Amino acid sequence: MIHSLFLINSSGDIFLEKHWKSVVSRSVCDYFFEAQERATEAENVPPVIPTPHHYLLNVYRHKIFFVAVIQTEVPPLFVIEFLHRVVDTFQDYFGVCSEVVIKDNVVVVYEVLEEMLDNGFPLATESNILKELIKPPTILRTVVNTITGSTNVGDQLPTGQLSVVPWRRTGVKYTNNEAYFDVIEEIDAIIDKSGSTITAEIQGVIDACVKLTGMPDLTLSFMNPRLLDDVSFHPCVRFKRWESERILSFIPPDGNFRLLSYHVSAQNLVAIPVYVKHNISFRDSSSLGRFEITVGPKQTMGKTVEGVMVTSQMPKGVLNMSLTPSQGMHTFDPVTKLLSWDVGKINPQKLPSLKGTMSLQAGTSKPDENPTINLQFKIQQLAISGLKVNRLDMYGEKYKPFKGIKYMTKAGKFQVRT
Amino acid sequence: MEQGSLLAKISEASCNIRSVLEMAGSLQVTLKPEPSVEERELANAAADQYEQNLTVNEDLKQMLESNKDSAKLDAMKRIVGMIAKGKNASELFPAVVKNVASKNIEIKKLVYVYLMRYAEEQQDLALLSISTFQRALKDPNQLIRASALRVLSSIRVPIIVPIMMLAIKEASADLSPYVRKNAAHAIQKLYSLDPEQKEMLIEVIEKLLKDKSTLVAGSVVMAFEEVCPDRIDLIHKNYRKLCNLLVDVEEWGQVVIIHMLTRYARTQFVSPWKEDGVLEEDNEKDFYESDEEQKEKDQKVKKPYAMDPDHRLLIRNTKPLLQSRNAAVVMAVAQLYWHLAPKSEAGIVSKSLVRLLRSNREVQYIVLQNIATMSIQRKGMFEPYLKSFYVRSTDPTMIKTSKLEILTNLANEANISTLLREFQTYVKSQDKQFAAATIQAIGRCATNISEVTDTCLNGLVCLLSNRDEIVVAESVVVIKKLLQTQPAHHGEIIKHMAKLLDTITVPVARASILWLIGEYCERVPKIAPDVLRKMAKSFTNEDDLVKLQILNLGAKLYLTNSKQTKLLTQYILNLGKYDQSYDIRDRTRFIRQLIVPNEKSGALSKYAKKIFLAQKPAPLLESPFKDRDRFQLGTLSHTLNTKAIGYLELSNWPEVAPDPSVRNVEVIELGKEWSVALGKAKKEKPTEKFYSDSEEEESASTTDTESESTSESEKEKNGKEEGSSMENSESSSEELSDSESESKEGSAKKKFKTTEESDSDDTEKKTKMISKKRESSGSSDSESSSTEESSSDSESESDSESDAESRKHKNAIASKRKQMAVPEKKASSKQDVSLLDLDDFNPVSTPVAVPTPAILSPSLVADLEGLSLSRSSVIDVSSPIFVPMKTHELLHRMSGKGLAAHYHFSRQPCIYGNQMVSVQVTLTNTTDQKLENIHVGERKLPAGMKMHVFNPIEFLEPEESITVSMGIDFCDSTQTASFQLCTKEDHFNVNIQPPVGELLLPVTMSEKDFKTEQGMLTGMNETSTTITVAPQNSTRLVLLEKVVKAANLGVVPSGQDNIHRFSAKTVHSGSLMLVTVELKEGSTAQLIINTEKTVIGSILLRELKPVLSQG
Repeated sequence: MIHSLFLINSSGDIFLEKHWKSVVSRSVCDYFFEAQERATEAENVPPVIPTPHHYLLNVYRHKIFFVAVIQTEVPPLFVIEFLHRVVDTFQDYFGVCSEVVIKDNVVVVYEVLEEMLDNGFPLATESNILKELIKPPTILRTVVNTITGSTNVGDQLPTGQLSVVPWRRTGVKYTNNEAYFDVIEEIDAIIDKSGSTITAEIQGVIDACVKLTGMPDLTLSFMNPRLLDDVSFHPCVRFKRWESERILSFIPPDGNFRLLSYHVSAQNLVAIPVYVKHNISFRDSSSLGRFEITVGPKQTMGKTVEGVMVTSQMPKGVLNMSLTPSQGMHTFDPVTKLLSWDVGKINPQKLPSLKGTMSLQAGTSKPDENPTINLQFKIQQLAISGLKVNRLDMYGEKYKPFKGIKYMTKAGKFQVRT
Repeated sequence: MEQGSLLAKISEASCNIRSVLEMAGSLQVTLKPEPSVEERELANAAADQYEQNLTVNEDLKQMLESNKDSAKLDAMKRIVGMIAKGKNASELFPAVVKNVASKNIEIKKLVYVYLMRYAEEQQDLALLSISTFQRALKDPNQLIRASALRVLSSIRVPIIVPIMMLAIKEASADLSPYVRKNAAHAIQKLYSLDPEQKEMLIEVIEKLLKDKSTLVAGSVVMAFEEVCPDRIDLIHKNYRKLCNLLVDVEEWGQVVIIHMLTRYARTQFVSPWKEDGVLEEDNEKDFYESDEEQKEKDQKVKKPYAMDPDHRLLIRNTKPLLQSRNAAVVMAVAQLYWHLAPKSEAGIVSKSLVRLLRSNREVQYIVLQNIATMSIQRKGMFEPYLKSFYVRSTDPTMIKTSKLEILTNLANEANISTLLREFQTYVKSQDKQFAAATIQAIGRCATNISEVTDTCLNGLVCLLSNRDEIVVAESVVVIKKLLQTQPAHHGEIIKHMAKLLDTITVPVARASILWLIGEYCERVPKIAPDVLRKMAKSFTNEDDLVKLQILNLGAKLYLTNSKQTKLLTQYILNLGKYDQSYDIRDRTRFIRQLIVPNEKSGALSKYAKKIFLAQKPAPLLESPFKDRDRFQLGTLSHTLNTKAIGYLELSNWPEVAPDPSVRNVEVIELGKEWSVALGKAKKEKPTEKFYSDSEEEESASTTDTESESTSESEKEKNGKEEGSSMENSESSSEELSDSESESKEGSAKKKFKTTEESDSDDTEKKTKMISKKRESSGSSDSESSSTEESSSDSESESDSESDAESRKHKNAIASKRKQMAVPEKKASSKQDVSLLDLDDFNPVSTPVAVPTPAILSPSLVADLEGLSLSRSSVIDVSSPIFVPMKTHELLHRMSGKGLAAHYHFSRQPCIYGNQMVSVQVTLTNTTDQKLENIHVGERKLPAGMKMHVFNPIEFLEPEESITVSMGIDFCDSTQTASFQLCTKEDHFNVNIQPPVGELLLPVTMSEKDFKTEQGMLTGMNETSTTITVAPQNSTRLVLLEKVVKAANLGVVPSGQDNIHRFSAKTVHSGSLMLVTVELKEGSTAQLIINTEKTVIGSILLRELKPVLSQG
């Protein structure tokens, strides 16, 4: 399976290599660099690159390429999914996953990678098992270790590794028992020129932070579970129970985890909470263009729309823009031609707008297409699909936990074509 | 985070820590002032790196040889840092390898890391470490055993192959599944090191394939795939087990197993596609064009297709995995459905695949590619998700083009207008590569859907006036292809394009235009010669591609219009003759010979016109994914569209299925397990497994401690011998063989058998004690029941049904709970009476069956009558359940030294597991002192039975009582669950034996369903008898009530007044239990029970008899 792993930063340095079978020379990465050059942009690098003797599978995250070298047929998603899991684990261990952090913690990184794969086949990928085997570095622990001479390496097989609930440690103890659930929905939409919706769908997740003592068995039920069209679960959720009763029943992992991600069926009409009025025009004759956009609330169920951010990739011909916003800050990068406008809260009485002119390169003809506008926003205390959690019950433990549910709606890939 | 909050809370502490940190920092600085400086230099100056390296290494060597662990650890950390950066640290090998036996586990681990990296290069020195690993292989700690095996097998030194082989063999019989998992990994390593060991390794694989642990399954299948993927015969016996374990295997193992099972299924089952082929042919015309299908059609043996139950099992058991969070698992299931499931069922995967499109860019890329291949063959699968493939301007180009590909594949008459509108936006995209791809897509839509050809053509012509050259060029190429398909009346477009020749510079486009003019020169007689004139002028500056087309055009015009163009053509031919490219010179010579008549030219020139202006078939605009389906979906080969190294071909379906009986497993050994696993609903599996595993763990740990004592003495020995490795290896090899024989003795199989034997003994004894009559028949009954279980369970269709039922059941229970509370006390007070009754009835009822809860004394019945009357309406309407209040004595207060315990069956689905019967135990303290720490002690359960005990009760006040609930999985038998009830001082042995009526869960179904189910359960599965019914029982209400009291059955609404039907399923295996009471004239009645569980059925029959016949 996975032969070797190379970590490559954006400037093309291989700053970490790890081999699980016999050593593969790092010159194999030359093929990767070639492909990278051809792709010009980092995100256009093909995830699978064949070379004469190996195949390079890579993922690009946090400005680092994680390049896995494999030699024989293997499901590509297997490797890609695993690489993403590696990144997630690093993030979990160190808070951030960056070149600097990895270099600083190279020994821990190495130890973790060693445990994650054996002979190229995943061995332990559950973060709580890994954390028992190799404890994440913290200031306190480093200090204690230097003084007492103890180590970060566990010498017992984590109990989770053998149990069928590998995601949960035994003997968890908290003084405050609490379980928080965040229902976060993202609206993916494409709005056309005239303001009508071309496609819109809702993707939601329920992220949980569960800090409960012992082995609690939780059930979470919804007021309207029929809304959920397609779901994927954390392995802890009992699938049959969901199938038959539409109830989430699970023994939760300890700490933060994603319980569920779901998709609200496309048949349901999606309420679009904001609209964008735009007037962007280039004229063939003059080297000036007009630019004007206004953002306003539409179907917000009485909640305020916050954190609004407008970005737009302007055509190459635009040299500069002189704009005045009615609120918020705006920037235009003349090199990347990226316009961004941080609007903030939308006040329905006084709609935020951004007006001004664009100066175009002289001599070139007007661009074919007006730029698309990407929108970001947040609405607190609202799940736009109308999903509501009915109740959360706990079995198996005696104490009364503190429970909390939070709803939020965000823009996912929200585009307005102009 | 946690640390952060800690620090925040105790600010004082944080100050302390900081100061300590500083101290520690300064300590380190004083310890080694140079290295940091040197390292910096290292990074900066590459020139004198070598010298620097030497000094650094010297320094490291010293640190490694020091006797302080902290210095060693520091050194090892720096060495690992060097390895990570790809620097050579091999010369430190001798110094590092000495530390392999370090007591400090972190040093040890880092040394392991080093060894795995460099052992191959320094084989001789690496041998020094082997004895340490051999010793560690005997360590009582499973983690140490496992990691020793891991490192030992990772040292790629051919000399130690025999040692590795031995270690693997031993580890494959280890008690810890974790070690066995590592053994499976080691198999692959050894195989790649020395393929000669294949035969031996296959033996180990065979052994490990039989392993029941979910931990091992994925790894051993991986080893199987790597070492002997062709030995499909090894899978037969494990097929069903793997299918059933699949849900519980870790996600990476799932992927591997699913891929392997897909290949397996293609060799073992017949195609499920034959049958529905006829049905689907209409809407999927082009799919059935492949040879294979054709053959099938020709043969078409008119024989109804019935899917092999094993085939069905695989398809059913993989379905829940579509909900996995792991994209690789979802993809694996999707490809399994694609390659194995009947066409009508494959559709369910599309939703999950579309969901993956929300994932990372790399995942999207692979998934889109697979969807593209799928959407060519079966449009219908993804049509509902058309809009999910709409392109966003922020997508990377490769994602955009894949989405476009899919959109094109999905285009049909119904959606083409929306699609074209969408395409219009894409054409204007700033990403020109993508815009060009869109134009091609439009072209493909135009050829595939004749209704829109004209619209598309017009649109493309409009694009010809686009400012962007790439767009125009692409349009030209596509228009050319389109015109070829229907050249009837497009003179205008050709003229328009001829004008473009002045402006457009892209060679492909120019060549296309020239070709068009040449091909249809008779339609544009005026323009064509003029174009040739212009081209003749610019000939020398054109691209090769264009030159060839100029020659072509010249030749065609020469043949059709030689008067005007003869000279021009000859001029061009002359130019071509001296061209730099030999290709063009070649072509020139060829054309001249063909068209210009001279003495040398043969008969061919007569046909020149026919050759040049023949009717040419229109090009087919095809998807680039057209031929990808030759590869299994989801594989690397599919992504690359070339065969990757190690790709395993998916075989065609066999014409005739190989013998399915090879998958049958010996009944005695695994049958029971197997039936258990099958009947189990998947949801509860985790919990089930959880218990069984912990048992396994326990047993592992106990044996661990056993072996500890011996190994400790060994350790001491080894400690003395540390210096001389030779001796050591000798002794350790002896140990190896020793322990091997030991482990053989205690192998799991034997244990299993013996426990089973003793268990059945146990139960026999108990039945004797209880009834003292008909011992022999009783025991034979229980025996036959176990075999029955194993054989009857090959299909458990009721999975989904029973789910729906249990939902209803739940609802019912909510209402029941309230009712329960009241009668509980009443019943307990009556208990003495009912116990007496039991004795009376026992001779009548069977010895195996225990007191039926419904055989109540008349007075109690009268008491309950009031309750049940109000409830009877409930029975008729929706809820079929009646909760008997009868309690059974678990522990009498006299024998319990004041602690009394009663139990009754609450008839609720058990919260601890779906296969468990929930039992309510009421504990009463009849003493005048507090009873403390009441809990369940040692359990003695027959094989297969499981029990979920109540949480220990801290104390029970005098005269107080408490009710707790337990769950017991009786495995659908009336065997006794014995356990100890303990208080702080004492423990009492108690038994619970369930009446057969409590092993059921009521089920609601319609009369029709009932009859169809009944129709399937005839013959062997049917037991019936004729009884006399007491007159007071002949009314419907009373009869229903009595039966429902006696057994936990659901009432089936009946159309006839004299026939009463009841249905339930067994708690453990979920098999249906159908009861029919048909009242006849003269107060007789026919009682019929249909069930797969014939033993339970017959017991139930015997129990129901007295219920109905007595007042």
